[in-house]
Amino acid sequence: MRGGGWRLAVFCFVLGFVLNLVGIVGHVVVSSFARRWFATPLPPDWTTAWYAYSWREFQLPQILTVTVVVAGSVTALALLLGFPAAWALARRDIRAKGALLLLYFLPLLIPQMTYGIPLATTLYRYHIGGTIVGVILANLVPMLPLAIFILLPFFEQISVNLEWAARVHGASRFQVFRRVVLPLAVPGLLTAGLLILVTTVANFELTFLLSGAGSQTLVVALYYAVFAAGMRPIYSVDAMAVIYMAIVLAILLVALRFVRPTQMVFRLDRG
Amino acid sequence: MRTEAAAAAAPLAKVRPARRLEGAGPALLVPSALYVLVMFVYPFCYGVYLSLRPGKGEGGLSVANYLAFFLDPWQARTIWVTLSLAVPNTVLTVLLALTVAYVMRRGIWLERTITTLLVLPIALGTVLVAEGINGFYGPKGWLNQLLLMAGLPDPIRLTHNYTGVMIALFVQHFPFCFLMLLGYISGIDPALEHAARVLGARPWDVFRRVLWPLIAPGAAIAFALVFVMNFGVFPSAVLVGQPAGATRTIAIAAYQQAFEHYDMSMASAIAVIMGAGQLVGLIIVLLLRGRLAATGVATMGAGKR
Amino acid sequence: MAEQIGSLHFRLTKRFGGKTVLDDFALEVRGREFVTFLGPSGCGKSTALNLLAGLIPPSAGEIWLDGTRIDGLPPERRGFGMVFQNYALFPHLTVFQNIAFGLELRGWPRAEIAGRVRQMLDLVQLPGFEDRYPGQLSGGQQQRVAIARALVIQPRLLLLDEPLSNLDAKLRLEMRTEIKRLHADLGLTCIYVTHDQAEALSLSDRVVVMREGRVMQAGTPAEIHDRPQNLFVADFMGYRNFFSLTVTGGDPDGTVVGRAGPLTLAGRGAAPLPPGAAGVAAVRPEDVAVTGEPPGPNVLRGRVRLTEYLGREYDLEVILDSGQTVKARVAQPVAVGSTVGLRLPAERVVILLSEDGGGGIP
Repeated sequence: MRGGGWRLAVFCFVLGFVLNLVGIVGHVVVSSFARRWFATPLPPDWTTAWYAYSWREFQLPQILTVTVVVAGSVTALALLLGFPAAWALARRDIRAKGALLLLYFLPLLIPQMTYGIPLATTLYRYHIGGTIVGVILANLVPMLPLAIFILLPFFEQISVNLEWAARVHGASRFQVFRRVVLPLAVPGLLTAGLLILVTTVANFELTFLLSGAGSQTLVVALYYAVFAAGMRPIYSVDAMAVIYMAIVLAILLVALRFVRPTQMVFRLDRG
Repeated sequence: MRTEAAAAAAPLAKVRPARRLEGAGPALLVPSALYVLVMFVYPFCYGVYLSLRPGKGEGGLSVANYLAFFLDPWQARTIWVTLSLAVPNTVLTVLLALTVAYVMRRGIWLERTITTLLVLPIALGTVLVAEGINGFYGPKGWLNQLLLMAGLPDPIRLTHNYTGVMIALFVQHFPFCFLMLLGYISGIDPALEHAARVLGARPWDVFRRVLWPLIAPGAAIAFALVFVMNFGVFPSAVLVGQPAGATRTIAIAAYQQAFEHYDMSMASAIAVIMGAGQLVGLIIVLLLRGRLAATGVATMGAGKR
Repeated sequence: MAEQIGSLHFRLTKRFGGKTVLDDFALEVRGREFVTFLGPSGCGKSTALNLLAGLIPPSAGEIWLDGTRIDGLPPERRGFGMVFQNYALFPHLTVFQNIAFGLELRGWPRAEIAGRVRQMLDLVQLPGFEDRYPGQLSGGQQQRVAIARALVIQPRLLLLDEPLSNLDAKLRLEMRTEIKRLHADLGLTCIYVTHDQAEALSLSDRVVVMREGRVMQAGTPAEIHDRPQNLFVADFMGYRNFFSLTVTGGDPDGTVVGRAGPLTLAGRGAAPLPPGAAGVAAVRPEDVAVTGEPPGPNVLRGRVRLTEYLGREYDLEVILDSGQTVKARVAQPVAVGSTVGLRLPAERVVILLSEDGGGGIP
């Protein structure tokens, strides 16, 4: 009807935006396979040599190990600490619930550069800064609240009656946890785990401020490579970028089986 | 539901296990709350304290760092630079995201594919997007190739300047803001819109009198979030901007103090100023939000002509 | 008080994707008439209402109101009123502003709006509620506001989409009476959508029973109630006992006789049924009477398997020798296990055409 013009305009805009995205990502991918590429639609010669070069020159084995350790540890710790907190917030009448939610919300609201510098100052003072432990501890600051906020709606949906029913039918508290709570929590934990994993791999600022020579994750190494463009061929930087992208996309693809895209941003109707 | 639970639990209060279960609530929260306190609140407070102790930490508290920042044009300018990026970008991002989300509120062709693609820049993160922008929008990139083919005499400079950072911020924050608003707007009961239409409201009346008053609070929060993120811009400003000039934002200034000059006290002061800037933006938006909601209701009551 | 319409007639088809949710649904509604679309969820009744309101476009068909074709008009130019299932009150507006909404859009002066809104609040018995917000009202009060908001613009036609289904049982009866009163007092033309047969019977001048986008039967409440024309309508209107039979004869006055195994049943034929045709006899539990008569035409014997006390009456479940169960509602208790005779009064038995050789008995 009359809204047709608006719909068409909006659709064209979104299409244009998506095309730009494809261009941005596509450029990196094409460049990583180019022997040389200079102001032509596509490179004249193709090669996979930059991947080997990048693997060697950027010390990717070591960096990937750090990335896996950091992302894995942060995810595990965030779920371990976030699970009981989210469960308690969803189940019990917590007196200072509003204040607690605000406390958990702040590290997500305030940009990492703002609190990253004082955090880095503190951690370096205790000689944790620059180590893998420091990177893990710093990343946990926003990821733990993220875990809580992802888990909370999942747990609020689970009826208390299920726990009560299990108790009435003779389950002990531990059995209730083991046989009722845990299985019901699995979808939430899976969703939260995947989202935290992908967010941690891509999390730049805190890792950047806290990492030293041996504790860089892939995204930080990529930053330094892009920053020092000209030191090494751009194609090798792009090869590293593609490796990074492949890892993020692989996790994201799994995650999108469980979550809708709108769930990956803040819910505005909360609080 | 909670009162129901309490009522049902009351007669059982004598049974000890039930009471123990209730008591477990706060204990479950201790580890996470403690972590945020120790690793977030404490460093923040320590940062504020450190910022007030310039130099090597001798002597008492002093605002010398703050004075130095505001009196040094090279430093004070970063606030202006940051604002000149953050404000226009936030306005543009929220306006476009709002329009697109509003028009798409009842679904659109290829919706799932589009929203999934829009998640990409959020998930991939600023560094990768910055590298891609340098290539795609660069002087030799596909976009400029296309423009040259279309008859433009020279490539346009879209990277390593103000425009580059604007593009990078938009590519990052438009999907974020759009998905947030789409979730919010599509949650509004469509029957409200139907009711308004049947009562005689044209599409514009529906927006102005019914949906906008309901959307405005969410839009304000989205605006605040995007502004705060924009105000803290760091990697894009370095990688696609001119970190030594036109896009030397306040985050860059803070980083340089900390990791190039190793002046943690001054760095903390700049971080505090950055946080204060974000807070001011947040407060302005929330105040406006209050006014917005109030006038929305008020004009309705006045009975427009 | 409302501007009266002469007649509304339409013929509408709606497809969503490949699915036809409304299949050539045609009807004529006369001025001041109360017409109900009745059917289970998914029968297309709400879709029909939304098409009439103009909220969704039809796939094919037309709508004519007093000689003017209106299916091309957007909803805001049709001048109808509509009451929604969840009331759809604007949460950011007060009761006053909600009711004034339609008048403001029509450019009424403020003073007149205030007077009209007060009048409407009196009409729906909510005086003094002007400054409340919808969130501060009970379900019944919200419903009254929704009705006032729809009526204040003096709609040519009032559309009601399951307006009572979110209310509790007691309030539902109360509001039903209220709607009936408003219809009578204001001389409104109403189209009402519901899945509740009691609502449909008590409110309507005419009921249209729908199933999967098609009209199963249209008629006065009494016709629908007493003379269902097919198994679907009979089942929906509370016929619980069904007997497959073969027609053996009939009278010109409409009585049909058939044999269901050893039983001979007579009843009113829903359609002309020639001898040999496959039919189904249907009767309500309320119409089955306990009798001491010996078995014969329309009299069965069986053993009581279950009784349920309903407060004033008893529901019996009686199992016949053939294994079929018959439900009866009786005034006096009967012991479980005892053998009883049941009479199915011929004037209360409806004999329908079997739809698919007897297998279609619900």
